[in-house]
Amino acid sequence: MPELFAQTDVAGFEQYLLLGLVVGSLYALIALGYTMVYGIIELINFAHGDLFMLGTFLALSLATWVGVETVTGQGNAAIAATVLVMLVVTPLACASLNILTDRVVYKPLRNSPKLTVIVSAIGVSFIFMNLGLFWKGATPVRFPDLIPDNNLIAGTGLAFTWKDLMVVGVTVPAMIALTLFVKFTPLGKAMRATAQNPTAAQLMGINVDRVIAATFGIGGALAGVASVVYGLYIKSVDYQIGFQNGLYAFTAAVLGGIGNIPGAVLGGIVIGVVGELSKAYLGAKWSEATIFAILIVILLFRPAGLLGARVREKV
Amino acid sequence: MSALRHWVPALFVLLAAYPFFPFAEANRGEQFTILFIYAILALGLNVIIGYTGLLHLGIAAFFGLGAYTVGILTVPFFPFQQSFLVAAIAATLFASFVGVVTTAPILRLRGDYLALVTLGFGLIALYAIRNLDAITEGTKGLNPIDAGPFPGVKENVDLSDYQVNSEWGIRWYKYPYLYFLALGVLGSVMLFLRNLEQSRLGRAWVALREDELAASCMGLNPARLKLAAIAIGAGLAGLAGAFYAMSLRTTGNPATYDFTLSMIMVCCIILGGLGNRPGVLLGVFLLMGFDRIATNILDNWLQEQLGTGGKNYEKISGWKLMIFGVVLILMMRFRPEGLLPEARVKRELHDEESKPA
Repeated sequence: MPELFAQTDVAGFEQYLLLGLVVGSLYALIALGYTMVYGIIELINFAHGDLFMLGTFLALSLATWVGVETVTGQGNAAIAATVLVMLVVTPLACASLNILTDRVVYKPLRNSPKLTVIVSAIGVSFIFMNLGLFWKGATPVRFPDLIPDNNLIAGTGLAFTWKDLMVVGVTVPAMIALTLFVKFTPLGKAMRATAQNPTAAQLMGINVDRVIAATFGIGGALAGVASVVYGLYIKSVDYQIGFQNGLYAFTAAVLGGIGNIPGAVLGGIVIGVVGELSKAYLGAKWSEATIFAILIVILLFRPAGLLGARVREKV
Repeated sequence: MSALRHWVPALFVLLAAYPFFPFAEANRGEQFTILFIYAILALGLNVIIGYTGLLHLGIAAFFGLGAYTVGILTVPFFPFQQSFLVAAIAATLFASFVGVVTTAPILRLRGDYLALVTLGFGLIALYAIRNLDAITEGTKGLNPIDAGPFPGVKENVDLSDYQVNSEWGIRWYKYPYLYFLALGVLGSVMLFLRNLEQSRLGRAWVALREDELAASCMGLNPARLKLAAIAIGAGLAGLAGAFYAMSLRTTGNPATYDFTLSMIMVCCIILGGLGNRPGVLLGVFLLMGFDRIATNILDNWLQEQLGTGGKNYEKISGWKLMIFGVVLILMMRFRPEGLLPEARVKRELHDEESKPA
């Protein structure tokens, strides 16, 4: 009888924890797009993960277009420039696509029941997936390996490479910027107002449609950033990664309390850490099941997520 | 519309007569059998989403549990060697039991949280099936499933002596015997659900869907009603899974029972008309019929016409997701109540539109 649980190396708890933090912050970046859109129009945007997938494809095409093979010969400055181009163009494209989707698909359904909009989002997700299939085919595609794997903290017995640093170095500032944006700018304030009560916000002179479009734009841009980071980190993309990662991101958002920005980050990190630790101690094939089991257990005790506020039912 | 009122019984009569037509093909008949099985699954899901209003995104797990129960109880790999009848009953009861046990603790979750947990449960069940390969044979699936139909009929029934039509198979689980059986079960499920809709339980579900708070103030017990819906819905899904495994003679790859199947089932019932049995039937026949039958025919036709068809975008099957997506979006935009709406759902959706935002 084969072993149900694989024997794995259980030496480096700290190492897995570190890895979990890195992977988790990647999930968190995708989760932010989910949670912001949910916070404002209560839509589980099933297409978000597939938008992210299209982002990875665009980043890959950009890399091919710039000519990565010539770049890698020319030292760090050229590589940095390539990555920078990806980090500017991909988020812009994803943001535009997300705003366009909102305008064409979700906006006419603003006053429809929730299920109607969710089903439309599933439809958009199918369309994006099909576009991805046409674009790069059904088999996984290699993403150029631009970031070196040197260990930055070799003396400590742990591994933390340039790649890990890139993930943290992109996601943490992005999250801080987003939090500051939502807290202190006029548009951020308008977003919070719209999330609380769209009608009242409109009466106060806020252009609700524009606020919603901006939310979709920011969520899409974050998905774009995440897609570049993901491609450079994982180095392999295919048209189905949107589903898996979107699911994790959605789980992260719900775990933290959907609609709550710090909650999404916390949820992403919890999922990353749980995933990596279960890979280490239970075997890689059990990590997904463990993530969802933890999700269910947490929701049993905190039905509105870790940081979610309890909403009393209106009578 | 009154001429179309009896189209469901007429359709059943037509389908029952299909194998007797000269143009009937075994291949096509087997594909129809699969459609009937999916229709049973969708009707089960409709009890949960359509009648009771619980957005359940993990119905495929119960379908899979049903299939694997039949697998475990019948394949030579295990010592049980039960007949299909016993295995199908066990599959129904087991799926129903698992549904109740896993849903009971999460009933206090609301709306989207419940949806996510059911999705998570569906995935856990799928991963468990895939990973416990000591029991489920992992991705290979359990096979061959060739149980006898009833207890006592131990071996495969050889029907060659009774053959009426030389086109017809000689095993009971081949076309058209399983076709008739699945069609008969689908018809019984339709009748059962029609009676259930008009029963105290069915009316209580609709009350719960419309307004849980008001329903509970009227003395209905929401938790028990929801569990009853899950028990019946999951049970029907398990029954469908049992037939699915029997018709394929294997439980297949565990990936068959993934989130995509749950999602497509949700799309089927919404496309057809949430809460309306004939609508659900229509939704399944359209979407799954397109997916399983029409794409193949169109692909072959295109290949003959063009002589190509290697690339994804040169085949209709390559456009499948795109077509699904566009259909769903257009439906939600212009006819959110589905093709054959239930009267109450329709009224509700159109009230919603006239209400100020």
